[in-house]
Amino acid sequence: MDLLDFARGPALTFAGAVFVLGTLWRLSGVLLLPRLRDLSPPREGAPAPWRGALGTVLRRMWPRREFLDRTMFSTVNSYVFHIGLAVTVFGLAPHILFIRNFSGLSWPALPSNVVFAVGVITLVSLFAALARRLTHPVLKLLSHTGDYLSWALTTLPVLTGLLATAHLGARYETLLALHILSIAAFLIWFPFGKLMHAFLFVFSRGATGVRFSHRGVKA
Amino acid sequence: MSQARLLGEVLRERGVSRRAFLKYAGYMASLMALPPSAAGAMAEGLAKARRQAVIWLSFQECTGCIESLTRSFSPSLEDLIFDFISLDYQHALQAASGEAAEEARRQSMRENKGKYIVIVDGSVPMGDGGVYSTVAGHTNQAILAETIADAAAVVAVGTCAAFGGLPEADPNPTGAVPISQLVGDKPLINIPGCPPMPQAMAGTLLHILSFGKLPELDHLHRPRAFFGENIHDRCYRRPFYERGLFAKAFDDEGAREGWCLYELGCKGPVTYNACASLKWNGGVSFPIQSGHGCIGCSEPRFWDRGGLYRALPTGTSDVRKVIGIAAVAGVALGAGAAALARRRSAATRDAAAAPPAKTPSPQE
Repeated sequence: MDLLDFARGPALTFAGAVFVLGTLWRLSGVLLLPRLRDLSPPREGAPAPWRGALGTVLRRMWPRREFLDRTMFSTVNSYVFHIGLAVTVFGLAPHILFIRNFSGLSWPALPSNVVFAVGVITLVSLFAALARRLTHPVLKLLSHTGDYLSWALTTLPVLTGLLATAHLGARYETLLALHILSIAAFLIWFPFGKLMHAFLFVFSRGATGVRFSHRGVKA
Repeated sequence: MSQARLLGEVLRERGVSRRAFLKYAGYMASLMALPPSAAGAMAEGLAKARRQAVIWLSFQECTGCIESLTRSFSPSLEDLIFDFISLDYQHALQAASGEAAEEARRQSMRENKGKYIVIVDGSVPMGDGGVYSTVAGHTNQAILAETIADAAAVVAVGTCAAFGGLPEADPNPTGAVPISQLVGDKPLINIPGCPPMPQAMAGTLLHILSFGKLPELDHLHRPRAFFGENIHDRCYRRPFYERGLFAKAFDDEGAREGWCLYELGCKGPVTYNACASLKWNGGVSFPIQSGHGCIGCSEPRFWDRGGLYRALPTGTSDVRKVIGIAAVAGVALGAGAAALARRRSAATRDAAAAPPAKTPSPQE
């Protein structure tokens, strides 16, 4: 069994199983936790809990005006690499094939060259995020190994994917194998680090929104 | 049997002009991506060479490889076999049979000791003492060992000989192995393909004849001249791949428009061969041009790589069962963790609600 066969076979199967197990473990563990009941009556004019939750989820997509100057770079840069990741993951034909293989879902692909260009921008943006994390005194203090691992395992698939597309550095089958292995590593780490925010951000913001909107606060 | 006379003399006697000979050498040199100056060197080398003794062994194979070579449009079978090499033993082509054929092989081995080339097509069965394929009462393994003992080089043609091919595919009932596992330190060239391209077989032999050495090989012992680039890079459908236009079925609009066959399982991106540049049948076409994706036949284990029609970026195994089990296990673990948390929470609440325990006063 060569590297590509290993990547396409046992590695992907194992990574997929860990990803699904870990993600559902954490999600069900959080969602089934006992909730503290707020026995106080809601503030007059307070929205329904679901509207309060939705409002907070949406409002926190952009920083408040008073914080905008200080957070402008990280906000914009985060949007760049998040949208870039979405375009590269869901826009490239091979990725759609990969997703269709286990989900049955499919949609039209973007031109490969467009996705390649977006991938390059995404990679630059990810390195900019790392540079900020390494140079910002507070952010640097707050960062730990798990954060850098999350960054590395997000960046590696982008980097190896670009190299495979451009046929740079090694033979295509080797680069493709490394790309798939990097995705496998990403999937394995996903449920256990901060990458899980992809699922949890809605629930955490929503819970905050419910709590605060009950008191008439737009959080 | 091989002749002592030079090839140049033989060709002149047969009326082959120097111009035609140079043209032929130029064609072969360009096929092998050699520099223009190599055409002259190749012609000179060929003219001074003697007919090369070749013994062709056929083991677990389908005869497709020799069919491919004999149907090559140029150099033709006559050019190659009867002008440049002396094919002293070949099951499908030789007139002799039985013990006479085996004696022809032994005679060639004696007369050309240390100089002859052994071409092998087919894999060698090693299971159960090698009984699954025998010739003249001898196992393939024994014949190979005997024949290559005094050979100058071994050329494994076809994917069965080079990598095991179909006989070696899972579950490999005959214990088939590629020739590379049995030749020891003998110089080995693999020319895989199912079948291999005739230009690759002829060009490789001519390179040995002309320059007296093996051509440059890749890590799988394949001549770089023919296996240096992958199909995808030379495919005329590549622009459709770049534009994201893919045929979804063999009879849909995309297929009729000639779009990329990647989604239909084409293995062009991971297959190294010259099909897309040299093409087959005199440059007429090649599988992708005929509407079928590349099946990757010149790569090891191409039968066992998840199916010929499974797209390259997809996994090679059915993960649905594993994912289903993982999902159930994940929810169960999460529910268990939440239940424990609820129990702890209830215990804490009960402890807080309970009246404080009566503590004895100092007087008591």
